[in-house]
Amino acid sequence: MKRDLPGRLRLVVVGNGMAGARVLEELLKLAPDLYDITVFGAEPHPNYNRILLSPVLAGEQTVKDIILNPLEWYAENGIRLHLGKKVATIDRIAREVIAEDGTRQGYDRLLLATGSNPFILPLPGVDLDGVLTYRDIHDTERMIEAAATQRDAVVIGGGLLGLEAANGLQLRGMNVTVVHVMPWLMERQLDRTAANLLQKTLEAKGLSFRLEAHTQALVGDGRVAGVQLKTGEIIPAQLVVMAVGIRPNTELAQAAGLHCNRGIVVNDTMQTFDPRVYAVGECVSHRGIAYGLVAPLFEMAKVCANHLAHYGIGRYGGSLLSTKLKVTGVDLFSAGDFTGGDGTEDIVLADPGAGIYKRLVIKDDKLIGAVMYGDTVDGSWYFKLLREGKSVAQIRDKLMFGESNLGDAGHLGENRAAAMAPEAEVCGCNGVCKGAIVKAIKDKGLFTLEEVRKHTKASSSCGSCTGLVEQILMFTAGGDYSTAPKKKAMCGCTDRTHQDVRDAIRDQELLSIAAVYETLEWRTPNGCASCRPAVNYYLLSTWPHRAKDDPQSRFINERSHANIQKDGTYSVVPRMWGGETNSSELRRIADVVDKYAIKTVKVTGGQRIDLLGVKKEDLPAVWKDLGMPSGHAYAKALRTVKTCVGSEWCRFGTQDSTRMGQELERALWRMQAPHKVKLAVSGCPRNCAESGIKDVGVIGVDSGWEIYVAGNGGIKTEVAQFLCKVKTHEEVLAYSGAFLQLYREEGWYLERTVHFVARVGLEYVKKRVLEDAGGREALWERLQFTLDGEPDAWHEPGRAGVDLRQFDAVGASA
Amino acid sequence: MKVRVCKLDDIPRLGARRYLNGEGNTIAVFRTADDNVFALRDACPHKGGPLSQGIVFGQSVACPLHNWCIDLKSGCATAPDEGAVERFEVCVVDGDVELSLT
Repeated sequence: MKRDLPGRLRLVVVGNGMAGARVLEELLKLAPDLYDITVFGAEPHPNYNRILLSPVLAGEQTVKDIILNPLEWYAENGIRLHLGKKVATIDRIAREVIAEDGTRQGYDRLLLATGSNPFILPLPGVDLDGVLTYRDIHDTERMIEAAATQRDAVVIGGGLLGLEAANGLQLRGMNVTVVHVMPWLMERQLDRTAANLLQKTLEAKGLSFRLEAHTQALVGDGRVAGVQLKTGEIIPAQLVVMAVGIRPNTELAQAAGLHCNRGIVVNDTMQTFDPRVYAVGECVSHRGIAYGLVAPLFEMAKVCANHLAHYGIGRYGGSLLSTKLKVTGVDLFSAGDFTGGDGTEDIVLADPGAGIYKRLVIKDDKLIGAVMYGDTVDGSWYFKLLREGKSVAQIRDKLMFGESNLGDAGHLGENRAAAMAPEAEVCGCNGVCKGAIVKAIKDKGLFTLEEVRKHTKASSSCGSCTGLVEQILMFTAGGDYSTAPKKKAMCGCTDRTHQDVRDAIRDQELLSIAAVYETLEWRTPNGCASCRPAVNYYLLSTWPHRAKDDPQSRFINERSHANIQKDGTYSVVPRMWGGETNSSELRRIADVVDKYAIKTVKVTGGQRIDLLGVKKEDLPAVWKDLGMPSGHAYAKALRTVKTCVGSEWCRFGTQDSTRMGQELERALWRMQAPHKVKLAVSGCPRNCAESGIKDVGVIGVDSGWEIYVAGNGGIKTEVAQFLCKVKTHEEVLAYSGAFLQLYREEGWYLERTVHFVARVGLEYVKKRVLEDAGGREALWERLQFTLDGEPDAWHEPGRAGVDLRQFDAVGASA
Repeated sequence: MKVRVCKLDDIPRLGARRYLNGEGNTIAVFRTADDNVFALRDACPHKGGPLSQGIVFGQSVACPLHNWCIDLKSGCATAPDEGAVERFEVCVVDGDVELSLT
């Protein structure tokens, strides 16, 4: 236990709900020893997942299942926990809080996470027995008790919470009527058509509804017996649940003189008007908005923890919300502004027979709202488009049919996450099926995409199944869980992003991995297999000829200069300039194949010859006997320049594409990059070298060369975008080189050019490479400076720093 | 039975060497940043990948085939992966790495 260490700051948290506990989790990750922490919770339970009260009420889970942080967690982290103690006053002058039972606790920093209170309609009869709100475990338990002994229930409020309560009570055998004051259900999340479909589904499950119905009074003697409407109708009910909304719980803050306005007013760092006092969760008002869903809570918690840890780099800028109803058998999703109005357009798909309705709202070529009923599999994708605010003009005609219709191979045939069988494969890269993901989410209590990736490996490789995984996460864990965080840490060793690290290396002139880890306060002594190769690359690309390469921080392929295969042997691909070879090279290749008993010889897609099944100990001799340069088929570097035969032979050719390709390859080989780089040069627009799907694709036309960038033939085929048209070979070299140097200097590790350009925008690339002539020349010169004198590891292993010991084993039979 | 593998300095820091025991088995001998040595059978519990070729960090190695992380001390895969690989006693005596084979 590390309590009461002298000199530690005291942090007091009022409120032991999801928001408060989440801040502590984030804080302990960042600065585990900074604070002496005390938590006050009014409820007698450790922190639990309030969102999952509905499945508890419905009998699908138990209270034990939804505990997030058991008491041991508090003990392990040295947190002093006061359960069942409500804080009565905050003395901001003496800096202490006083609980109702007289417990006093001083603070240096105070965090208010007091949540919200259910709103209670001021009706006659609200004090009768059997009238409940729906907010916590206590309410849920009382509802379960009532359902066991009573027959009829009325839920007042047809919003998200009300409908979940109604569904739960109905499943526990009660006759349930929902009384709602608006003309349709969930009017804040659904439009009328979707709400009508929802109502029909729920009626089929046995629920009754009174819409546009105003409650006049609750009648009964001692215990409630019925709900009287303004029309005079009395609906019998021995249980009445009020779910008409929540109000931020600001009582304590207000009494302490903190500025409140429909919530405790906080700034972008989650501080109240007293900077020692922070507030997060449903109790706050941020930029005039009080949030009642969990995703914003988590985003706030991250920022708040960051600030409490004295990092001070996080800002909370508000959240966009999406909703999903946690009623088994009901598929519903809504996000953003779906009311429409001036300047907006609707795309609507309605199939009432199948119970499917989708409406997308578009404004200025951007998706601003989505409502879906019956088929919500693309909900998370729409939500992503909405948050990113990118133009959807290009995909507009296909937008309604979902992500899987954009030609994404990762989704083929799997466009209904809900209907998928448990054994159906979700992640093709890591062979993860739906059942495994669902099990991990349930058993391990996973919240975020990142956690699912860590535990199941699903979506952790190519990422094309991310939408599907998010969808499964939503179905399994309940709708409004946070999706991938906006600012993504490089890996578990740090909270810094790739950009943070790149910036620090350049701005602070860091020259070694150790210096990066020390300056940026890495949590691990020598990083991990994910961050070390990235940092090594950033150092080398930022400080060419100055930073020293660290082979032990490279993946085995780049350390041994060959590609490891599944059986532990290697493959060797010699360089053939522009895909051209000759008889003496082919003869040497044939001799090597015989001499080293190489099993397979394969022609690659990049116009090279691949020798597969080489033993590691044979590699240096194979390279020497081949007498050809390294093809770098193993490296995050320039791989190949593919060419067609061009004007020298082809009757259609307009330009000498082979020579152009060879010039490019000779100028750019040994160029390391954030990821592999493939080029192609075609001699005419027939494009036999497939320049349209390359990182840089060059196409010869009568009057010169067209340059295309950021194409990709991989997981998701992306057509390269037109950059410019130039006249001479020198210009092709300079423009292509400048583009690649920009990518080398500003791309993130493992980011292909297609993702780099998508992130920074083609306009930015044009500005740097086309419009700024001086900048273009400087980029091209920096690339040539980097490549000047760069050794070929196959033939100058000493200069290239290859550790030759790796090729020999030691021991008895070595 | 104790056998001498090589000098400690014959193994790169944050790296490994392969030791052949003469019976067709390969044992990977690792050296961490702080010069601790560990020895594991050179086969990942996942698909048999050669752990000696992985990236070493802290007291773990990442398998070069599918990036499973194996704890060098226990030979166990790091959660959430499950599995373990046979480990061997190994120590440094006067700069020589000595392996205990059973």
